[in-house]
Amino acid sequence: MGTLTLDAISRRYATTIAVERVDLDVAQGEFVALLGPSGCGKTTTLRMVAGFVPPSSGRILIAGRDVTKAPPHGRDTGMVFQSYALFPHMTVGENVAFGLEMRKVARAERDARVREALRLARLDGLADRLPRQLSGGQQQRVALARALVVNPAVFLLDEPLSNLDAKLRAEVRIEIRALQQRLGLTTLFVTHDQEEALTMADRLVVMERGRVRQIGTAEALYERPADAFVAGFIGRCNLLRGTPEAPGQFRTATGALLPRLPLAAPAGSVLALRPERITVATEGTGLPARLMAVTYLGAQTEYHLDLAGTRLLAIAPTPAEGDPRRALAPGDAVLAHWDPAEARLLPAEPGDLPDDAT
Amino acid sequence: MAGSRLQRAAFGVAVTGAYGLILAPVLAVIVISVFAQEIVSFPPTGFSLAWYANAWEKREFARGFATSLQLALAATAIGVPLGTAAALALARARLGGLRGALNTLLLGPLAVPGVVAGTALYLFYVRAEFWVDDDIKGTLPGLVAAHVLLTIPWTVRLVLASLQGLDRAAEEAAANLGARPFTVFRRITLPMLRPGVVAACLFSFIQSFENLELTLLLVGPGRTTLPVAMLNYLEFRVDPTLAAVATVQIALVGALMLITDRFVSLSRVV
Repeated sequence: MGTLTLDAISRRYATTIAVERVDLDVAQGEFVALLGPSGCGKTTTLRMVAGFVPPSSGRILIAGRDVTKAPPHGRDTGMVFQSYALFPHMTVGENVAFGLEMRKVARAERDARVREALRLARLDGLADRLPRQLSGGQQQRVALARALVVNPAVFLLDEPLSNLDAKLRAEVRIEIRALQQRLGLTTLFVTHDQEEALTMADRLVVMERGRVRQIGTAEALYERPADAFVAGFIGRCNLLRGTPEAPGQFRTATGALLPRLPLAAPAGSVLALRPERITVATEGTGLPARLMAVTYLGAQTEYHLDLAGTRLLAIAPTPAEGDPRRALAPGDAVLAHWDPAEARLLPAEPGDLPDDAT
Repeated sequence: MAGSRLQRAAFGVAVTGAYGLILAPVLAVIVISVFAQEIVSFPPTGFSLAWYANAWEKREFARGFATSLQLALAATAIGVPLGTAAALALARARLGGLRGALNTLLLGPLAVPGVVAGTALYLFYVRAEFWVDDDIKGTLPGLVAAHVLLTIPWTVRLVLASLQGLDRAAEEAAANLGARPFTVFRRITLPMLRPGVVAACLFSFIQSFENLELTLLLVGPGRTTLPVAMLNYLEFRVDPTLAAVATVQIALVGALMLITDRFVSLSRVV
C-alpha cells in the first residue's frame, strides 16, 4: 500500500480538454471519491492513474515513485471495472490467481492467497465456477477479489456498483468500505452518484468539465461549498442570482431583499441557502411569503415558497398532528426565517445554476 | 387467433420448403450413389455399394483426396494466422484512411470470380516461374499460395466479428494485473477470440477443400485436387461413382462441422 499523488495532470484531445491540471494527494489508507456529472473527466483521471490514458502533461506518483511514463502492467494498481471485466474463459479461481501468476508467486502461496481472497469476498466454494455461472453481485465480488489479492499500492474503482440493483448496491457499498478500512487500502473511486460518494469516501473531489471544483470531506462540501456548482451538486440547495447589498443583505433578481452572512464576501453573485435551514412558521419573526405548494413526504415535508417573486424551497420535519403548520395549504401566507449565517454568497460560472440552461 | 395460426402454418411450410430445397440435392446425391444401374433412372433396378468400390479403385480420386486434404490443411494453417493478424490490425491499429482500402483488399477475393482470379494467378505464375527459374504451376506450394487467398477473407470477416464483441476491459484488467502486452494477447485476447478463430479454420478448410474454379488452371500432372479430378472424370463418364465420391465429401464436411460445434457453438459465430 502507498500514497497517490496527482501533480497538475491534464489530458487534452484535439478539440477538447478532458482533464485540466488536476492536483490531488491521497494519503495511505485514505478513500477518495471522484465525483461529478458524466463527461466531467473523472473516469479519464482514473484511467490516467491506471496507465490506460497517457497524461498530456503533469506527473503521477504512486508510493512516491513517478509512474507517469510507466505502462499499465508496471504500476501496481488494482482496478475494478464497471463491467467487472472478468476473464470469461477462466474459472473464478483462475481469474483471482491471474495477478499472482503474473507476479510469479509460487504455487503453494498462490493457492493460499487465492483461497483467502475468495473467503474475504464471500466466494468460498465458487472457485471452479465460470464467471457466466455467477450472479451480478458475485461477479462483482470476483472482480474485487482479483484486484485485491495482489496487494496493490493503490486500489482503483470505476463505478463498480452501477450495474447492481438498488438493494444490492447499498449492501456492497458497506462491504467495500469495510474491506477498504480493514485492509487500509489507498483508494480512488469514481462515481456519479453523490450518495455513494458521501457514504463511502473520506474525502470527495468534485469535478466539472475537466476541472476540480472542490476537494474536501462530505461535511466541508455540504456546509462550506466553494462555489454554486458544488452547492447545487452536493445535496439540494436554493441558489439565487442577484446582488449583495451591505450590510448582510442580498437583493434577488426579482427584487426581494434577503438576509445573508454579513461578511465581506468575494465577488460572489449567487446566494446559497440549504432548504432544511429555512423554518416555515405561521407566526413569529420572518419574511412574509406565500405557499405555492406543500409536498408531504412522510418524515419530511417540502414547502415551495414565493417570497416577493423569488422561489424558495424549504424542507422541515413533518410537524406533529395538531400543529397548525400541519394544516398549511397552497395560497396560505407564512413566515420564512433563517439564520443569516446560513445564507452564503458564492461565486458562480455560467452554467453552474440549473436555471442557467434556459 | 385463426390468423396467427394461419401465419404459423405458412411459416412452417416456408421453412420446410427452404430446407427441402437446400437438402434435396444432397439427399439425391447420397441416394444415387447406392443405385445399382450405371445410367441414373427411376425406379432403381437395385442397390449396391459397387460405385464406392469403383471410386476407391480409381486412384485419381484417392490421390486427389490426399492432395486436397494437404492443400486445405496447409492453406488453413497459413491463412488463418495471417487473416487473424490482419483482422486485429483492421480493428485496432491506427490506419486512418488506409483502413477502408485495406478492408476492401482483404475481402476482395470473395468478390472476384474464381475463374478470373485463377486465370490471373496462372498468368502471374508463368511470369514468376521465369523470374525464379523454377516450377510454380502444378506444385503444392503454388496451390497453397492460391488457396491462402480463399481463406483470408473468411478469416478476416469471422475474426473481426469476434473482435467487435470482445470486452476490451478484460484486456485492460489483465494489463492492470501485471500482464505484458504479449501475455495479454496470448492469455486473454486469443482465448476470447477462439470461437471466431475455430469457425475461421472450419470455413477456410471447406473453402479450400471444395474449390474448383480457382484451382482449375493451377493443377498439374499428378497434382490434381479432388474437385478437379471429379470434373475430369465427368468429361468421360457419367455414372454414380461421382455420387459416391461426393457422398464421402459430404460426410467429411458434415463430420467436421459436428466436431467444431462441440468446441464452439457455430450458431453463435456465423
